[in-house]
Amino acid sequence: MDENIEKYLNVVPGGETVNNYKARICGSVAVVGGGIAGIQSALDLAEMGYKVYLVEKSPAIGGTMPALDKTFPTNDCSMCILSPKLVECGRHLNIEILTNSQIVELDGLPGNFKIKVKKEPRYIDIDKCTGCGECAKACPVEITNDFEKGLSNAKAIFKPYAQSFPNAYAICKEGIAPCKAECPAGVNAQGYVALTRAKKFKEAAQIVFEDLLLPGTLGRICPHPCENECSRAQAEGAVSIASIKRFLADSQPRPRLDIKEFKDDKIAIIGSGPAGLTCAFELLKKGYKATIYEALPVAGGMLAVGIPDYRLPRKILDKEISYLTLHGVEIKLNTEFGKDITLEELKKEGYKAIFLATGAHKNRMLGIPGENLPGILAGVDFLRQVNLGEKVDLGEAVAVIGGGDVAMDAARSALRLGAKNVTIYYRRSREEMPARIEEIEAAQAEGIRFKFLASPTKVDKSDDKLRMECVEMELAEPDETGRRKPVPKKDSKFVEEIDTIITAIGQQPTIDCLPADIELNEYQSVDCDATTLQTSVPGVFAGGEVRTGPGIAVEAVREGKEAAESIVRYLEGKDLKANRNKKQKVAEKPVINSEMPDVKRVSKKELPVEERIKDFSEVELGITEEEAVREAERCLNCGPCSECRQCEVVCEADCIDHFQEEEILEITAGAVLLAPGFKEFPAEKLESYGFGKYPNVVTSSQFERILSASGPFGGHLVRPSDNKEPQKIAWIQCVGSRNLQEGRDYCSNVCCMYAIKEAVIAKEHSTQTLDATIFYMDMRCHGKDFEKYYERAKGQGVNFIRSRIFNVEEGENNTLYIRYALEDGSIKTEQFDMVVLSVGLTPPEGAEDLIDTLQIEANKYGFAKTESLVPIETSRDGIYAVGAFSGPKDIPETVTEASAAAIQAAGLLTDAKNTLIESKTYPPERDVVGQKPRIGVFICHCGINIGSVVNVKEVCEYVKTLDNVVYVEDNMYTCSQDTQIRIKEIIEEQGLNRVVVASCSPRTHEPLFKETLKEAGLNEFLFEMANIRDQCSWVHMNEPKAATEKAKDLVKMAVAKARFLQPIKTTTVPMTQKALVIGGGVSGMTAALSIASQGYPVYLIEKEKALGGMANRMAFNHQGEPIKKFVENLKEEVMEDPLIEVHLNEEITDIKGFIGNFQTTLESGKTLEHGVVLIATGAKEFKPQEYLYGSNEKVKTYLELEETISNQPATLKGCNNLVLINCVGSRNEEHPYCSKVCCNQSVQLALKAKEINPGLNVYVLYRDMRTYGYAEEFYLEARRKGVIFIRYDLHQKPEVIQTGEGLQVKVKDHVLDDTLVIKSDLVGLAAATVANRENEKLAKFLKVPINEDGFFLEAHMKLRPVDFSTDGVFLCGLAHSPKPLAEAIVQGKAAAARACTVLNKEEIIAGGLTAEVDTSICSGCGTCESICPAKAIEIDNREKVAKVNEALCKGCGACAASCRSHAIDVKGFESSQIVAMLEEIG
Amino acid sequence: MDRKIIAFLCNWCSYAGADLAGVSRFQYPANLRIVRVPCSGRVDPLFIFTALKNADGVLVAGCHPGDCHYTSGNLVARRKFALTKSLLEFIGIEDGRVQFDWISAAEGNRFAETATKVVEDVEKLEEWDRWGGEK
Repeated sequence: MDENIEKYLNVVPGGETVNNYKARICGSVAVVGGGIAGIQSALDLAEMGYKVYLVEKSPAIGGTMPALDKTFPTNDCSMCILSPKLVECGRHLNIEILTNSQIVELDGLPGNFKIKVKKEPRYIDIDKCTGCGECAKACPVEITNDFEKGLSNAKAIFKPYAQSFPNAYAICKEGIAPCKAECPAGVNAQGYVALTRAKKFKEAAQIVFEDLLLPGTLGRICPHPCENECSRAQAEGAVSIASIKRFLADSQPRPRLDIKEFKDDKIAIIGSGPAGLTCAFELLKKGYKATIYEALPVAGGMLAVGIPDYRLPRKILDKEISYLTLHGVEIKLNTEFGKDITLEELKKEGYKAIFLATGAHKNRMLGIPGENLPGILAGVDFLRQVNLGEKVDLGEAVAVIGGGDVAMDAARSALRLGAKNVTIYYRRSREEMPARIEEIEAAQAEGIRFKFLASPTKVDKSDDKLRMECVEMELAEPDETGRRKPVPKKDSKFVEEIDTIITAIGQQPTIDCLPADIELNEYQSVDCDATTLQTSVPGVFAGGEVRTGPGIAVEAVREGKEAAESIVRYLEGKDLKANRNKKQKVAEKPVINSEMPDVKRVSKKELPVEERIKDFSEVELGITEEEAVREAERCLNCGPCSECRQCEVVCEADCIDHFQEEEILEITAGAVLLAPGFKEFPAEKLESYGFGKYPNVVTSSQFERILSASGPFGGHLVRPSDNKEPQKIAWIQCVGSRNLQEGRDYCSNVCCMYAIKEAVIAKEHSTQTLDATIFYMDMRCHGKDFEKYYERAKGQGVNFIRSRIFNVEEGENNTLYIRYALEDGSIKTEQFDMVVLSVGLTPPEGAEDLIDTLQIEANKYGFAKTESLVPIETSRDGIYAVGAFSGPKDIPETVTEASAAAIQAAGLLTDAKNTLIESKTYPPERDVVGQKPRIGVFICHCGINIGSVVNVKEVCEYVKTLDNVVYVEDNMYTCSQDTQIRIKEIIEEQGLNRVVVASCSPRTHEPLFKETLKEAGLNEFLFEMANIRDQCSWVHMNEPKAATEKAKDLVKMAVAKARFLQPIKTTTVPMTQKALVIGGGVSGMTAALSIASQGYPVYLIEKEKALGGMANRMAFNHQGEPIKKFVENLKEEVMEDPLIEVHLNEEITDIKGFIGNFQTTLESGKTLEHGVVLIATGAKEFKPQEYLYGSNEKVKTYLELEETISNQPATLKGCNNLVLINCVGSRNEEHPYCSKVCCNQSVQLALKAKEINPGLNVYVLYRDMRTYGYAEEFYLEARRKGVIFIRYDLHQKPEVIQTGEGLQVKVKDHVLDDTLVIKSDLVGLAAATVANRENEKLAKFLKVPINEDGFFLEAHMKLRPVDFSTDGVFLCGLAHSPKPLAEAIVQGKAAAARACTVLNKEEIIAGGLTAEVDTSICSGCGTCESICPAKAIEIDNREKVAKVNEALCKGCGACAASCRSHAIDVKGFESSQIVAMLEEIG
Repeated sequence: MDRKIIAFLCNWCSYAGADLAGVSRFQYPANLRIVRVPCSGRVDPLFIFTALKNADGVLVAGCHPGDCHYTSGNLVARRKFALTKSLLEFIGIEDGRVQFDWISAAEGNRFAETATKVVEDVEKLEEWDRWGGEK
């Protein structure tokens, strides 16, 4: 340790001392990733005495396991075995879970890292959310359900999976939708579109009404920039957002504003255009009634006088404006600013803020001679006259100069006023025209002519006609506006005779009326602060076209909104600028896939041309409800959350906050564990397999969901294309693994087993006989009991075909055809209903960033780099990689590594152990024994989750009539924080001595209420729950009466049990904080050192006279690295460690006791006392009985050959042929398991032999090459170097014969389909690894099980790989099963970690919900003893009664149910209590 | 009067399966009254007989073999149940009135299906006199 510290200190300039450094060591650890690895590490560390920050990127912990169906090789339900760990981790006092979080910065030294964690907003308050799901029901936005691997949809407000921890929803927001982002006024287009799709028109309209005063107006005239950005525009066309808005505004009644209180401040708005009106509207919403001054006789500004009625009927506009006056906003018409009223006067009248929004009504001049002649009209003036109903005489021929919307409006109006020929002259071409395309097209349709590239140069008047002289133009290079600049063509003059000319080449801000102290800018518009819109005069703001110059109405709306915000801030004396103009992240546009159905954009209905030019009737007719919904359905949900906020409306717990922001948390941790998991290989990359193209080609993870009872098909085996049950399914192995082209040469380690499991489970699910076939290269079933699972699958009829796949093609009815080559080269095609791709494992999403941020090294595949002799350690001290982050691993290996990493981190921080952990203290318990029960019942509405089905009040009234019930109340949320306080008060007030809560599941909420009881001074076991939500309201939603009756029964039963509840005391048993490690091999030594690193004394017992075990005979490990030095160092370290007492040449004669209190007697007579036991007794090499082993010295086992190669390499120099035979004594009847190490050993032996003698022919005879994980690289290398691999079958094993010419090996080659005879100089045999016979003796001492192969059997193969069901006893190394050195090292550490979680306790808490013997009845028959799975009962032979060891008892109750005299009972589930419940029913 | 069924569910798998049926809103008849036990191995045959005094049918459900939180409690339950069944049969209780099933924490739909099936099965049987007791 100190050496390490010195190493770290070297990098810090300034000479820190070791002691200073030690003083700063911090007793906390950051664990990244909340999958099973992170959970296990966190639990172990917390129990070892360290505070844990569990940093999880997603909204819930759980990782990959919740999405798996069953797990191999036990076929356990993945969720069943995980969920207790989830709950334990979630509730642990010393584990702080940070969801939606990731590390973004790390500084400092091991022992004291300063870490910045970015916590993304979840938009939900986890503490308030009850997980009821009402929000998701209300949400109109569907997103792909990632948990279901895209097989079904979820809502944008979602809970990752049903049993998620935290049990809270989250909102998926990638950013604001591009449509909303593009709208100058920020109107929430996606929101109202989403609600329209859900046919919630009223709610949709409410969004529109909230955002806009003038939605009907804008729905008609807005050039809808939103639609330009619409993602659907990438396909058949943008969603008709504006039309939907118009539909909503036209069809939905607008409710009055609910203004709580009006403010007195006076505000004047000059100008009633869109900017002024919007400003007034926004102010009104905040309780300010502004006064609007308008120079014209009508309100609406350009909307009223600039846009003709056929586009925007006046009555629509007027109605929308009247909404303001309806709420008391005054509009003073015919009042010209600067003339009828001045700024000074306004101020005098008490106006505190003024908004100038006078628009741009001044026509831009042509600047040509004759421009002022009568008969030449300005566009805006002309339109104003028309709109105000003034008579305008135009004559027959009208010329309109200009190419914008005003030009179109003028031309089309002229036509409607009776002009016969209307021509638009524009100096550029059609492409450059700024008018909206719809407008240009409408004008053309109505018969208006266009003269492009024509510009007037002069106007004369002769007779009654105007003579307009024009010149033709041509386009030069683009100018600064990006448009090509028109230049006159030479000699192209022409003259037109015209009655009226209307000029419409642009407008200018109306500034003449403004006082002089309002400063202007170079464009002759008002100069304002761009953010606040404040002018040079404080309190005077300006916006809209008078500030921006001519623009579109919705831009003016934006200005009005901003001005209102500034004015309110100004009046309230707040900072005008703070927190404004924040750039919101815009969601990326979804990629359009080819499967998206083609739905054409709605075509708008218009009046026929001949109808519409007769008068000023509205041309566009709007869309129908049906069309609006269809359009809305085309929306691609870019947000994906649309921020329609319907979730807020239905949420009774008030937990949703759409404005939550990202946070940066700073934490200090002594070490960092990285367990971010993996990502599956993207199968679509291998196009020949057809994933993504053919619906019935699925990935293995999708298939897990198909099989899962909680999956999208409810566990019914169906294929996606037609939801019919498939009869033939194929699995294709190594998809993205062992694949050189994809740069993934490694083996993904888990796919063979999961494919077999899926095939077996699929066969179970199938209602007919399913034909299941697995196409593979090698079956890699190298783990404990995997080989048996494989054999069993064969027995159950799963077909295995050793092959290479060419491709998958689709035929009729989505049937699939697989073309493949067999081993002998023959090519076949077979038909299947469904194909499952066994996808490999790749580094997780974000791995690169994480590796970068933490400055650790990655391997060539992008996984974290670790070394096989120091697994888990990354290239940076204090940072450890766990589970699949350093390479593909299965669950047990991952869990083992998680524990190992925990002790590895703890080893750095021993000095700070138990410094940051908290424990809670409670008030003393009130004695209630002997008191009459006083039961309080709290009945929960759970918002509407219970209350909407069960009549809670009725249940309350009923419960009041029950005996011993002295208090009943109902709560909106019984679990809320304030109710907990209330329950405590009521316990006190009413003197309650039993509490019943009728709400949801005790599995999730019992601990919370028990905690409340403890805080109130009541024993926590005086509590009972009735689950009237999960068992009542949710499952009988349509039967309120029956549900209410059932709720009464359930509460009555709970009360009945409560009457019989008794306080339960826990006791403590002292803990001897010392460990015994049995076996001094590498795993035992590693374990001993790890335990000692935590400061606990260790006894290490080795039966041989030296430490080292099997490793003493090995020269190199499975990666070919020499290990002698490593083993020697390890031995030295152990011998030198002052806390480790080594007993060599020693056997154990007896072990007595239980967790915390073991006594071990040694052969030498010594007795050792210790609190835990680690079994690391190793295994041994099998002595082969075949292949001439023992009779011919040229035939050696691999270990012997290894010794020869390392000690006498010259032996190989003279050899020509070396034959290595795998599976000698493994995978056969005698040893029906795989010895796991031999394939790798054969490859390493071959490589070493080739190194010594490159001319040597090396033959490896194998059954399946099980070079799993990265070892696959060595297999490749060996083949590249010419090692010959020949496969053989169990029923056709090779033969080794001694002939006159020497040794010969005969083997059938399947590729050549011929028998080969190899003259061999040396033959190596992969002798099996077999269990030690002595295991049986230890098993008896410790009451732990052994499997049929003689290896020890752990508590649970997946999640408790180094524990036993018997507490305080742990397991590691080869005693568990055959495994390579690296894995034995990890297991040694893991077992040490698990042991330290126990050793950290000064006493063991015993009792609680345990069994209890009534010794007056017990006859000591021993039934309970034989049945107890925890080995917690023993018959006291002296007293002839059963005795329960409370420290071991788990309270399952099997003993109580089996006792023939009812002498044994289980506290908390006593027979009397259960019978009392039963007797209440009926 | 509606038939009542008492369901003994183990805490770790079957009770969790019933919870999942709830979370998933799988509907089933309202006849069940659930009694939570730590392990199906806790179900004393006496409970089954007592239950039949107060209800018309009994369901006992535990973890699938191999899933047991206590390693082998569910196997104890299975053995005990087999014996109880033969006794019930001997005294003339119809098959279907008392049932046993494995339901995992992930099998919300299976729980709902089993609950429905048990209710249907019991409804098909003749009215049960609850050992001659009151209804």
